[in-house]
Amino acid sequence: MSRTIKIANGQGFWGDSLHAPIEQVRRGPIDYLTLDYLAEITMSIMQKQRARDPRSGYARDFVAMIEEILPDIIERNIKVVANAGGVNPEACRDGVADVARRRGFAGKVKIGIVSGDDIMNRLDDFIARGVELKNSETGEPLASIRSRVQSANVYFGGRHIAEALDKGAQVVIAGRVTDTGLTLGPMVHEFGWKSDDWDRLAAGTIAGHTIECGAQCTGGNCLIDWETIPNLADIGYPVVEANADGSFVVTKHKGTGGRISVASVKEQLLYEMGDPHEYITPDCVADFTTIHLTQEGSDRVRFSGIKGKPATDLFKVSVSYSAGWKAIGSLVYAWPDAYRKAKLADRVLRERLDRLGLKFDKILTEFVGADACHGQLSGPPSEDIAEVTFRIGVRSGDKRAVEQFTREIAPLVLNGPPTVTGFAGGRPKVEEIIAYWPALIPKSEVSADISVIEA
Amino acid sequence: MSTIKLLKLAHARSGDKGDTANVGLIALKPEYYPILVEQVTAQRVKDHFKGICLGEVERFEVPNLGALNFLLHQSLDGGGTLSLKTDAQGKTYSSALLRMEVDVDESVAREFES
Repeated sequence: MSRTIKIANGQGFWGDSLHAPIEQVRRGPIDYLTLDYLAEITMSIMQKQRARDPRSGYARDFVAMIEEILPDIIERNIKVVANAGGVNPEACRDGVADVARRRGFAGKVKIGIVSGDDIMNRLDDFIARGVELKNSETGEPLASIRSRVQSANVYFGGRHIAEALDKGAQVVIAGRVTDTGLTLGPMVHEFGWKSDDWDRLAAGTIAGHTIECGAQCTGGNCLIDWETIPNLADIGYPVVEANADGSFVVTKHKGTGGRISVASVKEQLLYEMGDPHEYITPDCVADFTTIHLTQEGSDRVRFSGIKGKPATDLFKVSVSYSAGWKAIGSLVYAWPDAYRKAKLADRVLRERLDRLGLKFDKILTEFVGADACHGQLSGPPSEDIAEVTFRIGVRSGDKRAVEQFTREIAPLVLNGPPTVTGFAGGRPKVEEIIAYWPALIPKSEVSADISVIEA
Repeated sequence: MSTIKLLKLAHARSGDKGDTANVGLIALKPEYYPILVEQVTAQRVKDHFKGICLGEVERFEVPNLGALNFLLHQSLDGGGTLSLKTDAQGKTYSSALLRMEVDVDESVAREFES
């Protein structure tokens, strides 16, 4: 007999609430806890960490979080699926195993890893064999930036997560997997969905898309009726109640804040959407135009009717590379004539940068309070505007030029337009730009390594 | 006919994929969806985002959600970590689109009189 399984999301991105996963475990019934720890830039940071220390290069937050919830998940047999492995899933697994032994759970928890996504050491071989890893947006071959590459990973899917669960893992630690795969994986494992059951795989993928950004489907960042959304301070993170036939309900624990309505769910469905007919993942191609939504009760939305199409024979690849330097600085100008003062400051500063002979790939000025978000759509600011923040950024391949720029802002306080403040933070920081290079690779070129150990 | 802001007829959410921003526009009532389909064309959105969107605008219909999805190419100063913009991920382009004005029948306009 088939049952309903409850899959919770406790982390929408690297840097999300540290309390959310714990609340998801303790404030209601769940079978699975899924957590997304990786952003595009995260992998390059983790590669650098591992270069310095071979035992690092994964999300340390995850190990601390597991330590906190370990007694709960063992007592209630909750499974945890996370892409916390970064570029070193083995070290992350060892970290979790150490914690389990230290807390007296030796022999009581099985930990699985999904690796093989890290193709950093294989790039030259690929290029030599004509696998160009062309940029999906510009068409340029990877060879053009090869020397500046800092990380390269394939996105695995839900099927790879399911395989680790099939092998008995209670905690699954992956490197790069799709966010949607973290949710789909448990469904494939529990319901035994076949790898060509496109409609059900699409349903699980859309469930994953709905909850992958955490509270963004439960009333967070929700535009419709935003002022009446109850108790955002205690916002509940999402829980999917999934059925073997591919239908599911998105809900949250009772007593938590936020709101789940057809409208709030629609907002999240459209978030970061490309062609809604073709949402491409390693597992399937999901068709968002087939989703049927019903408000089934308070904070409960039912999904049904979802159709999918066959997966492509390509994996997505995410490459990060060093792309120069940038810095952004700001100063605040007060009434009267705040906007005009800020504009004069911009002209003065740009003239000084010219005189110094500094060259940048880009200089961008925004006037926060007047035009920073909506540009010319904002119209001219009120003559009476209370204050305007002059915000200026530069980008260059020449680090020295960017450093010199950072020294030219503070002086404006004494030698530029009046009624200015907001320089207390000191000089702006020079940041290395780690840019992102999306590409595709034939699935036949890469295979996942899936293993399970007992702590 | 009257002219009103899209804000009255729709809600929206936006996000990014590289240097492309996406804006999902959702009708507040099913009867508003045909107004969006007819008037909020790719060309009008391109004109609306003049100075912000430097590339093409693509539009997709999602009738089951009463929604349109727009892709605004070359809109984020390179996108991601390259971008110098405050809104490097286009998160506020949702409400920027809701500034657009559309024509509606008097019967619709009257719903918003108070």
